[in-house]
Amino acid sequence: MTLHIDIPEETLSGILAKAFRNTAFVTGFVITVLILAMAVISYVWTPYDVTKLVIADKTQGPSLAHWFGTDHFGRDILSMIMVGARNSIAVALVAVGIGMGVGVPLGAFAAARGGLVDEALMRVNDLVFAFPALLSAIMITAIFGPGAVNAIIAIGIFNIPVFARVARAGALAIWPREFILAARAAGKSSTQISIEHVLPNIATLLLVQGTIQFALGILAEAGLSYLGLGAQPPMPSWGRMLFDAQTRMVVAPWMAIFPGMAIVITVLGLNLLGDGIADILDPRSRRQR
Amino acid sequence: MSLLEIDNLSLTIGDTQILKDMELSVAPGEVMGLVGESGSGKSMTALTVMRLLPHAARATGRLTFDGIDILAATEDQMCALRGDDIGMVFQEPMTALNPVKTIGEQVAEGIRWHTKATRAAAEERARKMLDRVGLPQAKFPMSRYPHELSGGQRQRVVIAIACALKPKLLIADEPTTALDVVLQAQILDLLRDLVAESRMGLLLISHDLAVVTEMADRITILRRGEVMEAGDTARTLSEQLHPYTRQLAQASMHVPARARTHDASQSKPLLQVESVTRDYPGRRTSLFKRAASIRAVDNVSLSMQPGQSVALVGRSGCGKSTLARMILALDKPSSGTIRFRGEAVTGKSEAELKPARRDMQVVFQDPYGSFDPRQKVEKLVAEPLHVLDKKPTRAERREMVAHALHEVGLDQRDMDKYPHEFSGGQRQRLSIARAIITRPKLVVADEPVSALDVSIRAQILDLFAELNQKLGIAYLFITHDLTVARAITDEVLVMHDGRIVERGKTSEVLDHPQSEAARALVAAAPDLHRAIARRMQEQG
Repeated sequence: MTLHIDIPEETLSGILAKAFRNTAFVTGFVITVLILAMAVISYVWTPYDVTKLVIADKTQGPSLAHWFGTDHFGRDILSMIMVGARNSIAVALVAVGIGMGVGVPLGAFAAARGGLVDEALMRVNDLVFAFPALLSAIMITAIFGPGAVNAIIAIGIFNIPVFARVARAGALAIWPREFILAARAAGKSSTQISIEHVLPNIATLLLVQGTIQFALGILAEAGLSYLGLGAQPPMPSWGRMLFDAQTRMVVAPWMAIFPGMAIVITVLGLNLLGDGIADILDPRSRRQR
Repeated sequence: MSLLEIDNLSLTIGDTQILKDMELSVAPGEVMGLVGESGSGKSMTALTVMRLLPHAARATGRLTFDGIDILAATEDQMCALRGDDIGMVFQEPMTALNPVKTIGEQVAEGIRWHTKATRAAAEERARKMLDRVGLPQAKFPMSRYPHELSGGQRQRVVIAIACALKPKLLIADEPTTALDVVLQAQILDLLRDLVAESRMGLLLISHDLAVVTEMADRITILRRGEVMEAGDTARTLSEQLHPYTRQLAQASMHVPARARTHDASQSKPLLQVESVTRDYPGRRTSLFKRAASIRAVDNVSLSMQPGQSVALVGRSGCGKSTLARMILALDKPSSGTIRFRGEAVTGKSEAELKPARRDMQVVFQDPYGSFDPRQKVEKLVAEPLHVLDKKPTRAERREMVAHALHEVGLDQRDMDKYPHEFSGGQRQRLSIARAIITRPKLVVADEPVSALDVSIRAQILDLFAELNQKLGIAYLFITHDLTVARAITDEVLVMHDGRIVERGKTSEVLDHPQSEAARALVAAAPDLHRAIARRMQEQG
């Protein structure tokens, strides 16, 4: 993620030392890095070509040649998971990006203006929030057609109210502080104050929410692909692989187990990472140590 | 026999030594004052007695309460003691109460827990206790929530909770620091009466020598975890044998040297406030109705000359901060005009205000809250430069920040640090550096020293006085602390319920107050000289 957290340099080493003592953070961090590495490696190398069908090798169980087995077209499942990671991560990442990019300024603006503007913005937000995200994503892809781009947009839109709310709540807690008053007395506009003082102070909040939304994004993408509304074949994706495995559960259980595991582990890793970051950056835990 | 006896107590948290060979005792019915500056280990002593220390803390030595060895007691034994035999009153009445529970529930809670009384019986006792601390049923039913009470009333609830079970020992950790002087006097009276009534021992922790002198029979002076001096209050403070005792006493009575006091009648006024009123709309009682609006500032007029230092004193909630915000154009008056250098600031846009902002700066009370924790000093101190017509280059900016830091007695290398690396007093210097960097004509200071230790306070007052002489800055000091007003201002305005009820030369107003509000303030203000004299008299 391209999030920049502004941590005082002098305490950065302290925070790092603390991070490495935090089991949740370390576990989450290792898992996330492994998944990311897998996705990156898949660009240059995979054990087998995922677009080539080798019918002779179809539905083979795990073996030395195919660690995770093959699917009903004889494609290597490990390779497909590697390429699928790419897709899942890209969709989740861009979706979180859209959510943050639109939601955070919206929330910060609502908090800065207050009154009717705030009220109106947040009620619209509630409206979007009230739709079950997956259902609405299905609606959007149903109208504009399935595909990775539409899935991204659909998931992204439903990230907006989440970030808008978190940003607004955080900003509301910062605004009454005295240093904001000092900035106002220095003649700064509310936009400037939001950018210079409010955002850096709610960055940790947003970062934690970001990891949670990222995990949810991966789940949502898997869900959409499972329904056939995500990435289209021959591009493999985790959700799609689960869908294909569905009717062959008894004959070829590995076809479901490995992509399922991939999703579970990724989401678990990201949640641990988010929890860990929240622990480390929580000022209360920082004080007590 | 002593009720509480502390002998040779040492306390470490992690690798830091907090208390060293601490000694202290409290007899039943006795008030023991524990005095020290922040970080001296006062509060940690209280927490050790309650055994509420952080996990990493290790205490050694002897600490007995009523014959029970506290350091060796089990957690169950401690739970039985806390709240029953030992009560505690905290500094901040806002956070010491649970905001979602009624005051009745909170007082009754401890009674039910410790005496296994029925709900009705416990509430009956809670009611009596609330009556006792001055919150009678008729005006303060038990169904009130903490947010419906004022600060002083909340502190009364906290005291009711602590005293509900007639504890043998009451620990009060800075019980009045968050309150204005009149409330402080009331709360101290209440504590004194409660102690006398039930022969409680009271361990009164405070940084304010005057308060402790008025209350305590004996006094212990703590510095960096070590007892400097202990003994009879009047004798200790009148003789001032220990150098640190003398230092503390002098710092709390410090008056900065000011060569030239200002002559009020020379030039045209710098600031004119003309019959300014500020109403806040009342709370909405139904969809169509609102309660009557609240008048925070009522028809206030005042004027200040360049270079003049004026104090605006009053109890909390009297409207002084609202007035200050309007002068700083952070809030709009409902009616009336404010002129700065002859030009109206009311009703102007932010862009039109720029020239005025340049010459008008502010110093806030809380040295911890007034800086963005995520920015470096350079950026924070340079923040007001933003209103200059010509934006300074980065090099120029650093130059100006370095100069401002130098003027307030800080090192120019400090500009690359973050605010959390400074102590409270240093941060208040930073605040002042930020205020003077644009070379303003007027600085509004809202309780600028009330969060500081006495010795630091003396230094900051000196700095204010020096800058007033050197740069000719006019000050508007907003404070409830009359010693500050006396120390540094030429003129005093006394504010009460949104109105200015008295004004005049500082010494005249404070020595011979005419209005009732001013008299109440002067009478309630703790004064070290007076307190020592009275103590001496009592003892003959």
